[in-house]
Amino acid sequence: MSDWLTTILIALPLAGALAVWLAPLPRPWVASLATLVSLVEVAVWVDAVGRFRFGSGALQLGVRRQWFRDLGVSYHVGVFGFSLWLVGLTVVCGAAACTYAWWVGRERPRAYFGLLLFLIGATAGVFCAQDLLLFYAFFEAMLIPLYVLIGVWGGAARLRATITFVVYTVAGSLLMLAAIVVYGLQQGTFDLTRTGTSANDWLFLGFAVAFAVKAPLWPFHGWLPDAYRESPAEVAALLSGVVSKVAAYGFLRIAIAKFPGPAHDFRVPLLVLASIGLVYGSLLAFRAPDVRGVVAYSSLAQMGLITYGLFAANDLGLDGAVLQMVNHGLISTTLFLLAGMVERRAATGELALLGGMARGRPALATVLMTTGVIALAVPLSSSFAGEFLILAGVFRQGWGWAVVGAAAIVLAALYMLRLISAVLHVEPGPAVTPAALDLRGAELAIVVPLVACLLALSAWPAAISGHALTRAPEGSTCLTPDCQGFR
Amino acid sequence: MIRRPHVDWFALSPSLVLTGVAGLLLLVAVLAPRHRRKPLAAAGAGAGFVAAFALAVALAARSPHPATAVADAVFRDRWAALAQALVAACGGVAVLLSYGERWREEHVAEYYALLAAAGGGMAFFVQASNLMTLFLGLEWFSIALYVLCAIDIDLVGSLEAGLKYLIVGAVGSATLLLGAALVYGATGQLGFDRIGAAPHAHDSLLVLGLALVLGGLAFKASAAPFHMWTPDAYTGAPTPVTAFMSSATKVAALAVVYRLLETAFPTERHLWTWAVAGIACASLAVGNVAALVQRNVKRLLAYSSVSHAGFMLIPVAAANALGGRALLYYLIPYSAMSLGAFGVVAARERELGRAVTLDNLAGFGWERPFLGAAMWAFMLGFLGFPLTGGFIGKFYAFSAAYEHGWWWLIVVGVAGTVVSAAYYLAVVRAMYMREASELQLAPAGGSPPRDPALAAGVALCLAVTVGSFFAVQPLVDAARSAASALPF
Repeated sequence: MSDWLTTILIALPLAGALAVWLAPLPRPWVASLATLVSLVEVAVWVDAVGRFRFGSGALQLGVRRQWFRDLGVSYHVGVFGFSLWLVGLTVVCGAAACTYAWWVGRERPRAYFGLLLFLIGATAGVFCAQDLLLFYAFFEAMLIPLYVLIGVWGGAARLRATITFVVYTVAGSLLMLAAIVVYGLQQGTFDLTRTGTSANDWLFLGFAVAFAVKAPLWPFHGWLPDAYRESPAEVAALLSGVVSKVAAYGFLRIAIAKFPGPAHDFRVPLLVLASIGLVYGSLLAFRAPDVRGVVAYSSLAQMGLITYGLFAANDLGLDGAVLQMVNHGLISTTLFLLAGMVERRAATGELALLGGMARGRPALATVLMTTGVIALAVPLSSSFAGEFLILAGVFRQGWGWAVVGAAAIVLAALYMLRLISAVLHVEPGPAVTPAALDLRGAELAIVVPLVACLLALSAWPAAISGHALTRAPEGSTCLTPDCQGFR
Repeated sequence: MIRRPHVDWFALSPSLVLTGVAGLLLLVAVLAPRHRRKPLAAAGAGAGFVAAFALAVALAARSPHPATAVADAVFRDRWAALAQALVAACGGVAVLLSYGERWREEHVAEYYALLAAAGGGMAFFVQASNLMTLFLGLEWFSIALYVLCAIDIDLVGSLEAGLKYLIVGAVGSATLLLGAALVYGATGQLGFDRIGAAPHAHDSLLVLGLALVLGGLAFKASAAPFHMWTPDAYTGAPTPVTAFMSSATKVAALAVVYRLLETAFPTERHLWTWAVAGIACASLAVGNVAALVQRNVKRLLAYSSVSHAGFMLIPVAAANALGGRALLYYLIPYSAMSLGAFGVVAARERELGRAVTLDNLAGFGWERPFLGAAMWAFMLGFLGFPLTGGFIGKFYAFSAAYEHGWWWLIVVGVAGTVVSAAYYLAVVRAMYMREASELQLAPAGGSPPRDPALAAGVALCLAVTVGSFFAVQPLVDAARSAASALPF
């Protein structure tokens, strides 16, 4: 039974999507069914956590079945500690997004909720896949629902947003396909647990570009502002909270674990890109004219920080990166959903037209304030724990990186406080009418669990940082049984 | 007294059945009462293609060892049988797609007769084992296709399409014939095997002949730079004919190209691999870039078929066993996607009564959910996205190129695919993402015309497109046993 648990985690949302598309349900039930499926998915994940043995570094809860033996491709899924946490992030944020869409009531619910569930299933699949071709299949499959969700239900400039998004992503992922073909044929198998390491720089770059586009890292972020602004709020939440983590996961599971040599050689260029993204993203977030712009560019900055952790190439940095992935996923999802809620009340996200929303709206003020404060990494928050680990890790690579990182944290405080004050404080803006309500019960039921997760992680960050990666006896970090560690 | 060779009727059965059906349907055209002609002729053609498919499968099962039959005129092996089965399946689906077309009643039986005749010609063509039967088969199905292109004389551009195809096709045939003559002159042999075995060290006559034969076949596969007729003929021909041409002709032409190059010209491999790779790159470049600017969906798909000819020539250029499997595997989802996509275009055309463009496709996905979702799957399949066989096909093609050591060919393929994303997704965008004010609903009002035969055909294509993603192993096994008939 527990062998099939990851398969269930992948298949349940996909089956739910099919049911929503095809079952002749009355229209109002569609959204409820989809939300129910997404909540059951969370329960399945909780069960998986219960069955997972954190002490062992082995791949768990997985199965392996032949897909086509011709080229050694198999259906092989399973989870390691860090992938389990990322799957958890996916299902929790997915459930929040589904519930929010149910509350908002999207047009053409069959297609909408079907695609949303499909996205959740495909993302869970990426985190569980242990075969490169399967990984790629799920990686590309994520793009299909995202493309339609943005293109059909997005804002006014959605067509341009989808085109840039797709062109960037497809270009990156096809380079990865070429790299996968070459790497897999060189190794004689596409099974990640059986392939050895490779020292080929070109293959590493093929993977790295795909992940850098998906993350995004500067200068591959051209698709980001449009896509995050034009999507429906819950899609933007999933895109920045969960889908961007796929890229960080890919760096961790493939680019670093399978290409230790090139990862070492390209460490400095990648850290430079991450630094630029970190500073540039923070500055843009500070200058952004609307709520979503702030969150979108802060996402660029945070992905830079996570990349810092990944390429710090030591225990501290990696632990911090995994923790920060989950942190940022939860924070970003919450902030995008809150942005959606604010936009529904004021009919705009322009910071110049907002303001003074705290007065008479205590729930909104409390939730936004709490999330914002966690996001700017005040001490005792989970982000503080994550960012501290990352900076401590990257400090060992050179103090200059840590200085840039620390400066960016100051910038994070600037843009986050600007966001909070522009929405909640100052004089009420022209778009904020006294009739704009406080958060309703259902909305609170969506965001409060996310904030509760963040608070729980703030209390016990080691839940993730101490239960993600397995230490090899000699003290070097070994992510997976097959990795060769870092040089 | 002339000695008659032993005739292996079973080996010839797929093409014989289709030819026989074509003859019977011509009788239906004159003998059956007018209102009965359409159902009778369609049922006859459908039965013929089903029988040909069954016979081809039986032939594959009973021909484990490659051999030649009928005085070495045709091959009896699994490579030919699998290609025949594919051609017959394409024909069967084409019958389903054709049924709802508003044909002039007096020509409807002739239409199905020609379709069966074209199928029979292709079935003969793919098993040709010498240059004579090769040319015979080529002309057999080409003449049927010329008439099919021009059959709907009410359709603007149909006659023009037929004429263009006739003239350019005749040039292609003449090129092939000249090439065959030069090869014969150089080696004194007609049979593929014997040409390959004949002593000829880098004979310039042979090389010239090889180039001309390759060019002649590339005309039929509509690979650049021999593709000029494709957009016009595909756009002008009745859409079900286009569907059949784009799938079955490509299957036949590519299967024969690979077989001919591998069996007749193994000593010139160092030359033709480069030539084929060059044609592949040209097709990918021309097809993808030209498709970007098209508004007419049939024309867009025509250029997409040019680019796919290039894609499927990548495994041919690889010239290894993996390439053989890759080509045969890729042809299966490709045919399904191509037939299905043109089928959906035909449905919209019947609804609107005029040519389908990206503009008047607006809102189609929401009006006709099944056809819209199917079209979506076909476009993603062409693009090589997962959950369709197109993904595995691209993966195999790249693998074959890598095994040959040509990673640059992978890069060209990747670049072509990136460009193609723009126009394939433009179709999806046109169907689903237009503003409500831009929507052009069916002009007649009310619900769109019901066309169960077309829906069944598209559903079949969708099942193959998606199914070939999951059931890779059985299809690859079939392709492997077929490819083992060729010498590598």
